[in-house]
Amino acid sequence: MKKVCTNKLTDEKFKALDEFIDKLSYKDGALITVLHKAQEIFGYLPVEVQLHVAQKLDMPAAKVNGVVTFYSYFSETPKGEHVISVCLGTACFVRGAENIIKEFEKRLSIKPGQTTADGKFSIDALRCVGACGLAPVVMVDGKVYGRVKVEDVDAILKNYI
Amino acid sequence: MCPIKSLDELKALRDKLKTDIDVREAGEAEGNIKVIVGMATCGIAAGARETMLAMLEEINKLGIKNVTIVQSGCMGSCYAEPTVELRFPGQEPILYGNVNSEKGREIVTKHIKDGELVQNLIIGRPFETV
Amino acid sequence: MSKYRMHLLVCGGTGCKASDSDGIISNLEKHIKEHGLENEVQVVTTGCFGFCEKGPIVKVHPDNVFYIEVKPEDAEEIVKEHLVKGRVVNRLLYVEPTLQERVGQHKDMAFYKKQIRIALRNCGFISPEDINEYISVEGYQALGKVLTEMSPEEVIELVKKSGLRGRGGGGFPTGIKWEAARKTASEDKYIICNADEGDPGAFMDRSILEGDPHSVLEAMAIAGYATGAKEGFIYIRAEYPLAIHRLQIAITQAREFGLLGKDILGTGFDFDLDIRYGAGAFVCGEETALIHSIEGDRGEPTNKPPFPAQSGLWKKPTSVNNVETFANIPPIILKGAEWFSAIGTEKSKGTKVFALAGKVNNVGLVEVPMGITLREIIFDIGGGIKDDRKFKSVQTGGPSGGCLTEENLDTPIDYETLASIGSMMGSGGMIVMDEDDCMVNVAKFYLEFTVDESCGKCTPCRVGNKRLHEILTRITEGKGTMKDLEVLKELGEAIKDTALCGLGQTSPNPVLSTMKYFWDEYVEHVKDKKCRAGVCTSLLSYYIIAEKCIGCTACARVCPVKCIKGEVKKPHEIDQSKCIKCGACYTACKFKAIEKR
Repeated sequence: MKKVCTNKLTDEKFKALDEFIDKLSYKDGALITVLHKAQEIFGYLPVEVQLHVAQKLDMPAAKVNGVVTFYSYFSETPKGEHVISVCLGTACFVRGAENIIKEFEKRLSIKPGQTTADGKFSIDALRCVGACGLAPVVMVDGKVYGRVKVEDVDAILKNYI
Repeated sequence: MCPIKSLDELKALRDKLKTDIDVREAGEAEGNIKVIVGMATCGIAAGARETMLAMLEEINKLGIKNVTIVQSGCMGSCYAEPTVELRFPGQEPILYGNVNSEKGREIVTKHIKDGELVQNLIIGRPFETV
Repeated sequence: MSKYRMHLLVCGGTGCKASDSDGIISNLEKHIKEHGLENEVQVVTTGCFGFCEKGPIVKVHPDNVFYIEVKPEDAEEIVKEHLVKGRVVNRLLYVEPTLQERVGQHKDMAFYKKQIRIALRNCGFISPEDINEYISVEGYQALGKVLTEMSPEEVIELVKKSGLRGRGGGGFPTGIKWEAARKTASEDKYIICNADEGDPGAFMDRSILEGDPHSVLEAMAIAGYATGAKEGFIYIRAEYPLAIHRLQIAITQAREFGLLGKDILGTGFDFDLDIRYGAGAFVCGEETALIHSIEGDRGEPTNKPPFPAQSGLWKKPTSVNNVETFANIPPIILKGAEWFSAIGTEKSKGTKVFALAGKVNNVGLVEVPMGITLREIIFDIGGGIKDDRKFKSVQTGGPSGGCLTEENLDTPIDYETLASIGSMMGSGGMIVMDEDDCMVNVAKFYLEFTVDESCGKCTPCRVGNKRLHEILTRITEGKGTMKDLEVLKELGEAIKDTALCGLGQTSPNPVLSTMKYFWDEYVEHVKDKKCRAGVCTSLLSYYIIAEKCIGCTACARVCPVKCIKGEVKKPHEIDQSKCIKCGACYTACKFKAIEKR
């Protein structure tokens, strides 16, 4: 795994998280809000971050981990430099999204939820971004590609290599 | 912005703001008086934009509500630009020619407000609309 | 009259933004400035117009001209031609397929003709980021009316009389929900807006929040007054960044204007609200699960009763209502129960927003009166099936709903009729499928979703759906038996009867409804090992049509197992015994010489 950040930076990140938690006006039920912030700061939620959150909010680490693993939005593994999200909502599905995601899997030799060995790409299966008029839809780092065909996959990837 | 303290204040604010977006409803309202300003190149060169803005200003000043001002391309009466057409619902359109800003205001006060034709500005329509 | 003589409304919904409506706006503004029109023409970013298929949309007022599929580079022409010279840019107008004519005004478009817009009334009409525009279209008047003229009981009575039912799926009468929360005595009560739109393929709640966030805030305050709650939460998916952004703006503005907070409109009524984020769990659309999620826990549902109205968020009485339900409230208060209940059918009043998508020409958001037929929605509003293919099925209600067929097209739809034909209203997803869709595979798709999203608390859902999915996978791979079909049905019924929450109880619907209406297709998969739609790859073989093959060798070169043989410029052939049915040759062939059978 690629080492993403130095220790110093990590310290700063923990500090930023602590500041956010201290500023919260409520502590009851704050866990999910805090995890959202933590993922925004760290990019993902490794065990160390989960433990830190548990300590800070004074709750069992098991509970934190239970929540992290329950919700698909939270990730315990780092994401690639570019996140390719293929919409697998029903509208995209009936317009051929299945073949699109398979093509990405084939090109990058990873499955949805995984990251390439060089840390460059990861694939996510997404449930509806709501751009059903453009189905099938692929999102790369927030940029939306609409009416994607299997043949377009190469061209999309080339933008990021 | 200080907080709105009562329903009456809210209603007053609504009435004030309503005029800001009535343009969006005007196009769909059936009973409006339509003012069409010819704004092709020749119209603009002859000052149609100034005329339109003057008419808008006058309409606002008089607080007239049921008017939609739109622009159109060339109406074919290039000799008499700027031209302005008035369409009252259910009536024959009236075409005015050589309407400068001042005359535009006159059309608003006389024709739109008081329903009185501005005789000396009327020009004949050069064509029948099918 | 306005300060501006012309307004250009540009759609800023997620769909149109994805097609660079931001670029259109900045280009329009640039060219408007170049022509010195910045004091005459206003560019307004609005919410979704609903006609997403042809986005981005630009609407010009007062001319009432409706431009479609606008690109940033078209901005210059719109400004030069339309704004300066008053000439409509014809090539950007919509062509009505039935008439083959260009239509300038949206009211002439078949897509809008049968729609009645109540919940979506302001979407595509006002700027969602400016509270002034909301106030100018009667915004917050309903709140003012209930606070000054009505008792909480009268509000509840009015909502009950209107016949409004929950638009999120269940269809529970909203007034009764509020009444139950009102009647439970407690110091603290809560109002929750359920904006966890989990149905993949439904996006009306997002569009309302993006296009008209204040209507939801206003309705929540009204609900607070009716039930006795002083605090509210909007539970929204983290996947909706734009909706969240606009909600945040709306909340800040409403607080500044004193329409949220203490002593609203000087009436002594306090109400404030906050946003809570979901984190990607379909089950959190279920109200008890949603409440646990707001409390910071795993979003697992609990048994009802007690209903949230008795014991909800932090064990206090709570009313959970959906976004679209809330959006209906202000017009009901202002126009009265009779006005609302005059629209719709006997038991389902008002309108419903559907997210029409799939193999239909006009993908988009449509708001139609209850009681309209599926045929009217798909063929009149939706413009029929894409590429002139044949209609096969329409799926309503998302993963909890069912697949309906040709014979259901003329059923007037409301909560009851949809349930009676094996589907449900759900949140209003409506996916149209054509002859290229395999119904077994569609059922498998939905089950995959449910298996993925099952919270795991109760066994029927956690294990039962997994088994259903396994059996369906077997069938699509050609390994199914007739016994499997029996088990599918029996197990499906069992899950329906025994699962804990709404998600589990409805999860077998896609399987059961497709088995009911497309039984032949299931049998074909099992007995004949055939997939008539050509979707289930294991049941297909690829063949080269000798007459069409020119021998370009493209297929042979991409074949990963080298099973295509043939000489250059002579027809090739596939060795069926080696073929792994990857379909690479099929995509590589430029001459349509390879077919799936």
